[in-house]
Amino acid sequence: MIEPIFLAEAAINGIMLGGILALLALGLNLIFGVIDIVWIAYVDLVMVCMYVLYFVVQVYGWPFWLGALAAMAFGAALGVGVHLLIITPILGSAPVNQLLATGGLLFFLQSFATFLWTTDHKSVRLALPSWEIGGIFLPATRLIPFAISILALAGLYVFLTRTYVGTAIRAVSQDREAMALMGASPQRIYIVTSAVGGLMAGLAGALLLFQYSVHPFFGGQFGPLTFMICVLGGLGNMVGAFVASFVMSEIISIAGVVWSTEMGYVIAFVVFIVMIFARPGGILARRQ
Amino acid sequence: MLTVSGLTKQFGGFTALNGVSFEVREGEILGLIGPNGSGKTTAFNCISGALPRTAGSIRFRGEEIAGLTPDAICHRGIARTFQIPRPFRKLSILENVAVAAHFGGAQRNAEAEARRRARETLELVGLPADPAASPALLGAGGLKKLELARALATGPKLLLADESLGGLDHAEMSGAVELLRRIRGELGITIVWVEHIMATLMRVVDRVVVLDHGETIAEGRPLEVAEDPRVVEAYLGEKIVLA
Repeated sequence: MIEPIFLAEAAINGIMLGGILALLALGLNLIFGVIDIVWIAYVDLVMVCMYVLYFVVQVYGWPFWLGALAAMAFGAALGVGVHLLIITPILGSAPVNQLLATGGLLFFLQSFATFLWTTDHKSVRLALPSWEIGGIFLPATRLIPFAISILALAGLYVFLTRTYVGTAIRAVSQDREAMALMGASPQRIYIVTSAVGGLMAGLAGALLLFQYSVHPFFGGQFGPLTFMICVLGGLGNMVGAFVASFVMSEIISIAGVVWSTEMGYVIAFVVFIVMIFARPGGILARRQ
Repeated sequence: MLTVSGLTKQFGGFTALNGVSFEVREGEILGLIGPNGSGKTTAFNCISGALPRTAGSIRFRGEEIAGLTPDAICHRGIARTFQIPRPFRKLSILENVAVAAHFGGAQRNAEAEARRRARETLELVGLPADPAASPALLGAGGLKKLELARALATGPKLLLADESLGGLDHAEMSGAVELLRRIRGELGITIVWVEHIMATLMRVVDRVVVLDHGETIAEGRPLEVAEDPRVVEAYLGEKIVLA
């Protein structure tokens, strides 16, 4: 029998992990909801941003926060670049071609990262405190990324609901033709959306580097999970993805303590498969 | 104001518009009528840029606009409504109109200015400007009003109104007709109006253009057009009743 304190700690760790997963999932989901193309390589863009941060901090000696801002700016530029170079030419193509193009980007990024930086794991050393409350450890390396994730998601919410560009982004995700007829160029909205999605990838990369080391195949660790969360929440459904992030992170975290980390992922994916049959429209979709 | 000449649209082997020509004069309400499938909505789609035309010229205020993107055409002052209302259902009524006001004008309206315009437009069409009111609350009549409000909020000089009366009851219909008259009279917006409900349309419009099988078969004042043998024939011998 596992002591309740460990389960409680696992549950708290699950919430912490859920914050970052939500950031990843909402970035991917935002782009999908608006442009209608799944960036399969999304977490690989995160990986590239993590390398950027690693290099400016470890090699050039920038302070971490400045490096994180640089990674976010780089992510935004990368997002726009991906949209202009890869997505724009295939906007009207069959979904399988879009999948191949963004999937191709994934392999390109993995191979290119291996070529440039080898498969060594690279990490940033951060001397951060850890607290103990009632026998539960709360390290700052988890607490800070969680808090920043939630703040960033709140910022995203405000951007999407309180600004005209955000409102147009939501409008285009519902009816791009109608929005164009009301004067908003879809291509411009796509570029803004890609920049925001890239910015979120940069931020997620910075937050992940608190706890994880980066290597060329980092995308394999979080990519499928991120995609799964988006599907579970209902592709394009932001609230659904937010909820699904925490459902998945709790399953992984608690099952990880009860059995093992690997088993946590197995259970998470089994839950996902069952849910796809039970609620194909996502966890928040109303039953027909 | 708008001169359409030789407008042709083919979908694969099907010719939806075959050299359609007509003119819209500044300040008028022009009725665009014709049997089902005669190409009225396709003409709207080509003029507003939603569909690329196959051939022909569309000149608006002296400028060729065929080939421009829908947003560029909107910025030049042409707005349209959809036959089947297409509100952004997850946005509030006010947001629906405010995004149109913000992005639709030739110069992008400042935030506060766009919201003020949106409220004014909603008041004009008679919809609540309550920030929380959702399009889900609206019935057929309300959705038609929302279509008009979104189009008007972009500050058009020419309004393409696609079946603004379809699915409305009698009271709503006379309200909508009154609204179109006010849009022309008070806002000075020229209107091209596509409508199935002929009797009502004929009473309101200044001139009529009749399409049949993608071709212009008549253009003129309602009374003249209603008597035109080609128009009578197009409507299967059924004379257009002028109530």
